[in-house]
Amino acid sequence: MTIEPYDSGDLPEHKPRRSDVDPKAAKRAERQVGFLFIASGLASAAFIVAYIVTPVDKEMPLPGFGSTNASNLLLGITMGLALFLIGAAAIHWAKKLMPDVEVVQERSPESSEAEHRDALLDEYRRGIDESGVKRRPFILGSMAAALGLAGLPAVVLLRDLGPLPADALTKTMWERGMHILIAETEQKIRPEDMQVGTLISAVPEGIDLVMEEAGNLNELAKSAVMLIRMDPAEIVADQTPEGKEPWSYEGILCFSKICTHVGCPLGLYEQLTHHMLCPCHQSTFDLADAGNVIFGPSSRSLPQLAITVDEDGYLIAREGFAEPVGPSFWERG
Amino acid sequence: MSTSKVEQAGGAGYLWVDDRVPASKYLKKQLGKVFPDHWSFMLGEIALYSFIILLLSGTFLSLWFKPSMIEVVYDGSYLPLNGVKMSEAYASTLDISFDIRGGLLMRQIHHWGALFFVAAISVHLLRVFFTGAFRKPRETNWIIGVTLLTLALLEGFAGYSLPDDLLSGTGLRIAQGIMLSLPVVGSYVSFFVFGGEFPGTDFIPRLYTVHVLLVPGIILALITVHLMLVWFQKHTQFPGPGRTQRNVVGYPLFPVYAAKAGGFFFVVFGVTALMGGLFQINPIWLYGPYIPDQITAGSQPDWYIGWLDGALRLMPNIEIVFFGQWNLMLNVLVPAVIVPGIIFTAMALYPFIEQWATGDKTHHHLLDRPRNAPTRTAIGAMSLSFYVLLWIQGGNDLIANTFKINIFVITWTLRIAIFVVPPLVFVITKRICFGLQRRDRDKLLHGYESGIIKRLPNGKYYEQHQPISPEERAVLLARAEAPLPLPMPEKYDANGIKQKGYGVKKLQSRLSHFFYNEQVPMPTAAEIEEGNHHESELTAERNYEIDDARTKALAPHE
Amino acid sequence: MTYLLARRRSPWATAFLLLLALVGIGGIYALASGSTQAEATAPSASTTQIDEGRKLFLEGCSTCHGLNADGAFQLDGTIAGPTLIGVGSASVDFQVSTGRMPLAAPGAQVERKDPSYSDEETAALAAYIGSLAPGPEIPMPDLYDTTGITPEELALGGQLFRANCAQCHNFAGEGGALTDGKYAPSLTETEPRHIYEAMLIGPQNMPNFPDSTLRPEDKRAIIGYIEALRETPNSGGIDTGRLGPVTEGIVLWTLGLGALIAVAIWIGVKAK
Repeated sequence: MTIEPYDSGDLPEHKPRRSDVDPKAAKRAERQVGFLFIASGLASAAFIVAYIVTPVDKEMPLPGFGSTNASNLLLGITMGLALFLIGAAAIHWAKKLMPDVEVVQERSPESSEAEHRDALLDEYRRGIDESGVKRRPFILGSMAAALGLAGLPAVVLLRDLGPLPADALTKTMWERGMHILIAETEQKIRPEDMQVGTLISAVPEGIDLVMEEAGNLNELAKSAVMLIRMDPAEIVADQTPEGKEPWSYEGILCFSKICTHVGCPLGLYEQLTHHMLCPCHQSTFDLADAGNVIFGPSSRSLPQLAITVDEDGYLIAREGFAEPVGPSFWERG
Repeated sequence: MSTSKVEQAGGAGYLWVDDRVPASKYLKKQLGKVFPDHWSFMLGEIALYSFIILLLSGTFLSLWFKPSMIEVVYDGSYLPLNGVKMSEAYASTLDISFDIRGGLLMRQIHHWGALFFVAAISVHLLRVFFTGAFRKPRETNWIIGVTLLTLALLEGFAGYSLPDDLLSGTGLRIAQGIMLSLPVVGSYVSFFVFGGEFPGTDFIPRLYTVHVLLVPGIILALITVHLMLVWFQKHTQFPGPGRTQRNVVGYPLFPVYAAKAGGFFFVVFGVTALMGGLFQINPIWLYGPYIPDQITAGSQPDWYIGWLDGALRLMPNIEIVFFGQWNLMLNVLVPAVIVPGIIFTAMALYPFIEQWATGDKTHHHLLDRPRNAPTRTAIGAMSLSFYVLLWIQGGNDLIANTFKINIFVITWTLRIAIFVVPPLVFVITKRICFGLQRRDRDKLLHGYESGIIKRLPNGKYYEQHQPISPEERAVLLARAEAPLPLPMPEKYDANGIKQKGYGVKKLQSRLSHFFYNEQVPMPTAAEIEEGNHHESELTAERNYEIDDARTKALAPHE
Repeated sequence: MTYLLARRRSPWATAFLLLLALVGIGGIYALASGSTQAEATAPSASTTQIDEGRKLFLEGCSTCHGLNADGAFQLDGTIAGPTLIGVGSASVDFQVSTGRMPLAAPGAQVERKDPSYSDEETAALAAYIGSLAPGPEIPMPDLYDTTGITPEELALGGQLFRANCAQCHNFAGEGGALTDGKYAPSLTETEPRHIYEAMLIGPQNMPNFPDSTLRPEDKRAIIGYIEALRETPNSGGIDTGRLGPVTEGIVLWTLGLGALIAVAIWIGVKAK
């Protein structure tokens, strides 16, 4: 059923275009369309020329915007023009030279007529009747069960997509006595290498070997840490449990680099405020106050790694992380 | 057998086909099929054409791209990365960008095309929503459209993640963090998806299959159904003279519409190619390879995921721990799962919600002007403001840095605004709609205000009103009188027994009041007649002296 | 190397400026010591220069930093200016020659502006503060002169940049927001000497990267990479500010979609 609330009147009278009444204007439009098509063809040819003559690493100035690689610019402009001009020509043609008298077409009825519907229902009932499913419910029941079960193997097949988490989310490779190395350059670090305000992005010793053996970067995605040195007087608190040896060493603290919100690496450290900001969602941790969250969506402090020095004076882990690093998860506890 | 007209016309090839699949009866009608012409009807076409561009450019890229996370040492022609360890995926993307002629252009066309694709879907969706084009009989197509939008977001995010540069790896890290937040199954989902721990080496090959086969296949199938339904149900049209619920006014498919729509395809492709040539997009060589302990300031997703990232940034840090053992990360779940889930579900169901509230079961082929459906328009504007606020928050760090505003202040402002602004927008939009409706009513009754101030013989000043054109009149008259809100149901029937389904009916009535509690009455035919009459009387009175003077002035020449 | 040698900014211009600065410091030193031989290590300052610096300090800096440069408090007990003992000449050179000191107005962050002191005066101030206690010294030009940098060094510089700098200054050195209105400034115009000094001393809220954790050759490689970022042609065309997807999105919604909708409107309008 359709509502027709009002009389919308008649179509407005068609106003002839210049090209309808003036043969000259029509000829002009024809030429314009043709020229647009020809220009497109030329642009295509130019594309091929540009492709052949422009080395892929040639650079050219882009006035006002420094310089760019010539190949991309020339290919893009010629290709863009070749395509755009075809479009412009076709549209211009349609607008100027093809009829612009609006046509009225009636809509077909939206719904089937009742007699067809009824006839269909009869056919359907005949089929159901002939199949006998109503009289033989055992067949229907067993078929439904079979179809349902047939889908299960498809689900089961996906089981080997990945291993079960086991303790992978709660353990890192950090353990007692492991040297802390500067990321990228892999130097060992002595406390005196660090001044107040020094930030080091660091990794556990031997991580390269672990990752090479595993053939992936998984360990780095959870073992990455940051070393920060601050004036011991400015440290409000760290995460050392009561009665334990201090987790920090002469004002040097080591925190996980993985944000406890959804896992972005951190590193936006402000040495005066001791704020550590995550660039992804702006969780902000106060490293002078046990890595506590002072702003943003993260709900957990940054896990601290207990550190000390070995007999040669290099910074080492006192023990592994006491809690899982990175984003929280259901069974994290 | 005598030679047919078709054979004489050189259509032997067609005849060969038609002898096997008789199509002439169907096609003869379709070539003349009429399509209404309006710029806003082309928005969906942009999406369709972008998709074709994506298929073409994507196929080109797939000839060189290696979806592999195996570590290689780069030795291509981009010197600042020479000798750097990276995944094969990233290295091959660098090769496409620097060593294959036209490769960078195709990459940029593909990326701009993807941004166009989602943008076009979004504005198309807004057009369909605000004009009520989703109403019966087109609800199915609306749902298909919402599904296509969801798939487009997924497909876009997958493409953004494939090159394995620092930005795409960061995006995946966040996606993995969101998976971990799922209650009970989170860590299992993450381990199944990534083949173990993040990042692993399985994910990019898997994502590649999803990106080039699975999702595009589904999108292609759904687009086909989407277009078939448009074809079958015929396009809607805006009200105007001669346009009714029962007809379509426009241009025939062949040749006018074919030329315009076909031409527009080339325009869309051309503009995308020009952008690919002129504007740098996603310079992956600057981001560097993905290394899990590295990050760049301003890590952002592409624009269409921006609102989700903004939601993550907006949410306060609420995490609930049950029995010291089970963690419910509302700080991640709410913005990344619950809110988007509600939004997409509500969006998909909207046609049915509105239908249920209004009790309107009729077919609609004439579009609503947004002002004529104030509640719907207000809901749309409100939702849009909500989306835009999240979008702004998604770029809060760039806004902070560009305009030197405290980023915490931006976040707090938006945390408050997200509750305050949308309701305000709702109310204001509704007021504006009713205001416009009243103006339309006045125009129908009294014509439009010409701005010409005249003085009557009795000394009164008067603004001359001119009758509106028949075209405008047809448009203004098209506003259907809004139905009366459904009455509140009786709780008990005549026998004092509680009505079945009373609660549901009450809700329906409430919703109906929400939609229709206020309306500007349409003038009746009699009122319009009277209004015009009144106007002409005034005009006659006013013009009397002027005419008199003019007659005198003209007299000598006659 | 063609990518590195786009001439938006000639390395010779930088070298020339640095030479000028050197003449300022070295000339006075040479006069005082009576030697014309150039020194490979940082020049130690002359007594005259230190006296000159002390005079300038007392006039312009002591109000906040104290008469003995050991810091001063305001009446309400907050710090007016921190102690400068031990900050080294590099710190003074960075703060004064980038115009950050003397402070124009207190705020979340000290802004870069036109320097208030001439090169000679800056050198004198640096010499005076440097004489108070040992601290990071103004680096010699060969430490940050990146002419002749090899592709390997450049690649290392890129890796170190992304590992240590990009998190605050963004992947292309365009800068980024920090907490409470602070920000990491853009590096696109910063002089190599200032970049070097900043890594050394960690001005304001920037952490420091002493030579013991980031070797001088690492610092030079990072500077080389930052310069390459400026000079490398923008592959792919006009950049959108090198700020990532947000500005790309803005270009799409304005220019891109704007162009397509303009054509759509043209299609819909009846021809005359």
